[in-house]
Amino acid sequence: MNHYDTIIIGAGHNGLICAAYLARSGQRVLVLEASDTLGGMAAPREFHPGFKTSVAHSVSQFSAKITRDLDLEAHGFKLGKTLTTVGLNDAGEHVVLQDGAVSGVGPDDASAYADYRQMMQRFAGVLNPVWLQTMPRIGNNNLSEILTFASIGLRLRLLGKDHMREFLRVAALPARDLMDENFDSELLKAVLGWDGLIGSRMAPRSPNGAVLVMLYRMSGALSGDHAIPNGGVGGLITSLHSSAVEAGVEVRTGSRVGRILIQADESGLAATGVELADGEQIMADRVVSAADPKTTFFDLVGVQNLEIEFTNRIRRLRCDGYVAKLHLALDGLPAFDGLERPDGRMIIAPDMDSIEFAFDDAKYGESAGQPVMEIVIPSLQDASLAPNGQHVLSAHVMYVPYRLKGGWTDEAREALCERAIDTIARYAPGIRKQILHRELLTPLDLERTCNVTGGHWHHTEFAMDQMLMMRPTYDAAQYSTPIPGLYLCGAGSHPGGGLMGGPGHNAAHEILK
Amino acid sequence: MKQYDAIIIGAGHNGLTNAAYLAKAGLDVIVVEKNDYIGGAAVSRELHEGWIYSNCSYVCSMMRQALHRDLNLTRHGLVLVPYLGTVGFGDGDRPLISYHNADASYLELRRHSPHDADSMFRFQADLARYAQLIRKTLLRTPPDPTSFRPRDIQEMLFLAKQFWMLGEREIYEYMRFFTMSAAEFLDDYFENDLIKAAMASPAVIGTALGVYSPGSAYILLHHVMGDVDGNIGAWGLARGGMGAISTALAGALQEHGGEIRTNAGVERILVKGGKAIGVALEDGEEISARIVVSNLDAKRTFTQIIDKDDLPPGIYDKAKNFKIRGSSGKLNIALSGLPKFTGVPDNRYINRGGQLFAGSLETMERAYDCWKRGRWSDDPFIESVIPSAWDPTVAPPGKHWMAAFVQYCPSKLADGPWTPEKRDQFGQTVIDKIERYSPGFKDLIVHMEVRTPHEIEAEIGLTEGNIFQGELTLDQLLFNRPFPGYAQYRMPIKNMYMCGSSTHPGGGVSSACGANAAREILLDLKLPNTVPEDDCYDE
Amino acid sequence: MTNTEDRWAGERLMESHFHPRQAALNLRDAWSSWNGYKFANYYYDAEYEYFCIRNSCGTYDICPMQKYEITGPDAEAMLNRMVTRNIANLKENRVTYVCWCTDEGRMIDDGTIFKLGPEKFMLTCGSPCLAWLRKSAFGFGDVTITDMSDETAALSFQGPASCEVLKKLGLEGIETAKPFDIMHFPFQGGSGKELMVSRTGFTGDLGYELWIAPELALDLWDALYDAGDDYGIHPYGEVATNMARLEAGFIMPDMEFSEALKTIHFQHDQTPFELNLGWLVDFKKPHFNGRRALLQDRDKGPAYKLTKLDIEGNKVAEGAYLYSNRRCTQEIGYITSAMWSPVVKANIALAMIKPEYLEGDIWAEIYYQKELRQYSKVAKCTVKNKPFWRPARARATPPPGL
Repeated sequence: MNHYDTIIIGAGHNGLICAAYLARSGQRVLVLEASDTLGGMAAPREFHPGFKTSVAHSVSQFSAKITRDLDLEAHGFKLGKTLTTVGLNDAGEHVVLQDGAVSGVGPDDASAYADYRQMMQRFAGVLNPVWLQTMPRIGNNNLSEILTFASIGLRLRLLGKDHMREFLRVAALPARDLMDENFDSELLKAVLGWDGLIGSRMAPRSPNGAVLVMLYRMSGALSGDHAIPNGGVGGLITSLHSSAVEAGVEVRTGSRVGRILIQADESGLAATGVELADGEQIMADRVVSAADPKTTFFDLVGVQNLEIEFTNRIRRLRCDGYVAKLHLALDGLPAFDGLERPDGRMIIAPDMDSIEFAFDDAKYGESAGQPVMEIVIPSLQDASLAPNGQHVLSAHVMYVPYRLKGGWTDEAREALCERAIDTIARYAPGIRKQILHRELLTPLDLERTCNVTGGHWHHTEFAMDQMLMMRPTYDAAQYSTPIPGLYLCGAGSHPGGGLMGGPGHNAAHEILK
Repeated sequence: MKQYDAIIIGAGHNGLTNAAYLAKAGLDVIVVEKNDYIGGAAVSRELHEGWIYSNCSYVCSMMRQALHRDLNLTRHGLVLVPYLGTVGFGDGDRPLISYHNADASYLELRRHSPHDADSMFRFQADLARYAQLIRKTLLRTPPDPTSFRPRDIQEMLFLAKQFWMLGEREIYEYMRFFTMSAAEFLDDYFENDLIKAAMASPAVIGTALGVYSPGSAYILLHHVMGDVDGNIGAWGLARGGMGAISTALAGALQEHGGEIRTNAGVERILVKGGKAIGVALEDGEEISARIVVSNLDAKRTFTQIIDKDDLPPGIYDKAKNFKIRGSSGKLNIALSGLPKFTGVPDNRYINRGGQLFAGSLETMERAYDCWKRGRWSDDPFIESVIPSAWDPTVAPPGKHWMAAFVQYCPSKLADGPWTPEKRDQFGQTVIDKIERYSPGFKDLIVHMEVRTPHEIEAEIGLTEGNIFQGELTLDQLLFNRPFPGYAQYRMPIKNMYMCGSSTHPGGGVSSACGANAAREILLDLKLPNTVPEDDCYDE
Repeated sequence: MTNTEDRWAGERLMESHFHPRQAALNLRDAWSSWNGYKFANYYYDAEYEYFCIRNSCGTYDICPMQKYEITGPDAEAMLNRMVTRNIANLKENRVTYVCWCTDEGRMIDDGTIFKLGPEKFMLTCGSPCLAWLRKSAFGFGDVTITDMSDETAALSFQGPASCEVLKKLGLEGIETAKPFDIMHFPFQGGSGKELMVSRTGFTGDLGYELWIAPELALDLWDALYDAGDDYGIHPYGEVATNMARLEAGFIMPDMEFSEALKTIHFQHDQTPFELNLGWLVDFKKPHFNGRRALLQDRDKGPAYKLTKLDIEGNKVAEGAYLYSNRRCTQEIGYITSAMWSPVVKANIALAMIKPEYLEGDIWAEIYYQKELRQYSKVAKCTVKNKPFWRPARARATPPPGL
């Protein structure tokens, strides 16, 4: 029978998680993926024969609850050892964050770091339950929703007066202010601020976002540290797939959805299934989209089925990505000055201003003259990602606008690639000679390869005005949409993107309610 | 030695307001002021013979009319006059004129963009709605969200109710508005660069944010939530200059028996046994009082006139981290005649109001980028007014003075400290830009005073020259202003209070901070409240 | 604009394409404004002008009305999603009255849609609507929206003699135009010059609206006034229009409703059901804006209902509160528009009344003035279900003679 309980559009991690939960509760679930590989931005990618990586190159906040619920470890999911975070310094005086301590800074900063870490963990603890919970509607007098607010308020209050007050102040601070308040070392500030900024259109001086982003990224078992799963980030996807399939989920790749079928009658609209690009129609009780909000509503639903202001709010979502991805196939392990072994997460951003100024270029549509970046060599964690003795270097390069003035020509891409490699070579002087192959994916390339509007990591900007009960926008923030039978479960929904799994988890629970 | 009931440090408008209300309650009050004139940033000064400069703040819209009426400020000489018409200049050859008349204003917008002319109706309704909510909080003490005291809970409920009354959709819209950038907000309404720039200008004035910075949309509101006689968002001039406000407040204070001493800079707040007991002046004299109220900004108060050892732990650091970066400069220009602007008809209503040299959001943002780098932009954003066109008392007949407010101007330059030469170069940059739109402008200049954050700090003691006594971002608003836990005007030292713009509701010549602080002080002293309720609740 | 001779140029209102003729007849210089145009309140005597509408014929300048041309393969779908009425059934050269709402089902404005070709529509409305139209068009592939407001001259021509005059003007077959029909005529012997006539209007009487290129506006005026001279043709202004539309029971923005996009408080706008325009809301058509909210509103019932009232006595009930009892203790609504109807000889009004009180007594507390002294009275109101004025000639095709 060509009828499912639920069809899920997109086999990124959120789509797979949602599918697995639904199937485990007995639903007949079909996941449709447009590309030939699973995982979206976490999909394994062989960018040069024998060299593999994925756009997302490490895991920091994947929900422990989901790992347990879906029994992912039984399906092969295992995080490698925690990566150290290294702030690279061109004189080799790096700042290293490892096991909750910092080295390479003065004693004041070292002790301030311990306090800072404690404070942030305390705040992260308050918010932790929020991420795996459907956000209540405001203005709705439903008791359970009022209780959700009350419980958040209570948790805050339980921090104690001083910490609660501090939380309410700090939550909106720009990364720069938070760092200036706590530290002296410019490099340490940049490294710690990094996680509040990467992936977004925000710079150190931008208020209303960075701190919440940091707290969000601290929500997993690693408390904000990063690790690479066995088999690379793709290993997570493999285990999710295996768990989902075991639960009875049917997954079809190479099946691009052309549109969501919407039935209209006097009582209103309802989503009844999907039509694939090749015309095949598959019916279901409900359709859940893991695609980004713009793709879902504009391409798959069509504005004629939506309200005008709602459409406008989706249109106004900030979905332009600002991160490019650099992949290098290397014939050996690169040597970074002053670093014994480049097996950490290396950040190239000498100070907060370097990040700010890189952003200044991008906000006017130019790619950063002096890019800042985060580098990982995943083949050091998992040798299967590159041929023997050879290595993969993976870097997130900021800030690179989706809409480049003059457009993304091959020359523009090449120039940026050169600048990025030059920047790395400042810290690893011999690297150029080791490069066998290189690939730079601009946000526009990411849009095309990963089917994500704007190539945005989080589908849409993770900032206060697009968070919580406003993500992606009110009327669609509780995973249900204005169209009965259509749900969202992608990064564009609360809590947001990153390899966390919250949207998929929460959407499934909302559907099963 | 005479014992006062209260000493207020700083005779700025909030200090005078605070003192007036305390005096009105029967307290024996003295205001001490370091300068030889009162008013702080609300002054009228004859710096060139025949010209009266309001050389710091120069326009007024936020003055709470309930206070104006209650303190009889009109009888004490204050007359606020609305001024008409602002012209926005951009890169194109046609400036954007904001006509006072609704039809003319619509037609002008339509000449620039029919779409935006239509959108403006909605923009104004939306802003008015947002402003209404904020306005209701101005003359109230922010609740402490961590407190279970009945009064705090009651105030929290008041805020929640006002918020709830917006209706579900508007609550969301309001939350977005509060957190998004001005550019983002304006892009939703307008397509025309000049119109967007004109609407954005309030969002960055006095702040260390750019129009693209999240959170800047709210500040846009801070400047339109004022009103002149119910005309929301209208701007007024004080007849005789901003000093008229201070003079009137001083009159009200003296009417109730309060004292003012000028040339009396405070060296230190005297603290004994954890209680404030008076102040020591710079000349060594000590004045004692039951309570001490600082009208200085939070950073100055806690890092300069209080002994660090007198403070409970943590407060000094909070004050040090208080964000009070200066971002604006000011030119006061005496002119031998009314300047003519290219493309602007010589019409009393439009040629004599204000001028906005902004261009586009990008120009404004690029000026901000310069500020971040510790320099001023060659293409700064300037907002100017020619008050003498409306107020015959501030310049000789036929002559004029122009107040030009410049954004952005850093308080610390990347290439070393401010010098008179650099200050003059900065001034030159500004008049060069004005000259571009008003050929011959420079020839009209009779005298000019250039004020960078450096001068503003040196003269009137606003730290880093920040015109709001502290930035207006979420982390420093409402119950976070100036510091969490100290937003109710009581400070960590017993018997010590703050009443300046560092406290809720923040900057602007509103007198609200001073009045709110007085209400709290009187509550602590168990005296009847003399501060009136605001008159905006029946909107 | 440069430093022109006229330094007040920017302050002045725009002049309509018919302005030279209208200005000559505006003997009292009684101007107000509409959408930035100089616009006559009345020309000489409002009551005389009103009787032209009811007795002979008159012209009313609708140049200031906003006109948008919406074209392209997706024009119909885009409009159909915007307005509450189904325009898929609208035939070419027909006009339909529509309203459109916010997502919350609150009324933004009303207006008319002219179908001028398979992919060509004209939307007319009282206030600018460009921003909303553009928002509505987003996501529809091929739609072009052009603001034609200044590029179209339009004149409403109303009254029992209007058809006769148009016939005399040489519009052959005009009598066959049914209400809401559009006809096209060569103007002044053709050569591509066209006059478009729709049998539409805002008076509730027999009447037409004439649409022509701006450069022909004065020629049209002159020809029409020549033809109508023997029939008492006369321009009428805002005051007379307001009287006629109230008798017909038509709503007026800023009187009966606040345009939802311009209200500060969300409860100060209205739904079509409150305005008695439920008949414009078609739940059987494809999705349209506000549908979900309107369905709820229909089922829940509106908070207020626009009601036609006949009020005892002759004191006009402008601005009056309504009560369910003579002692005025229970407030049940308020008057939106009121007048003494010269043709019906009745004291009439439109009012917003809470529906639960419609069955009971309705009393209006009316304030009025005699030689500066203020008085008040409480007057009994009777609910009317039909328009106060609806002559058969307004609907008959062909219209009867004079």
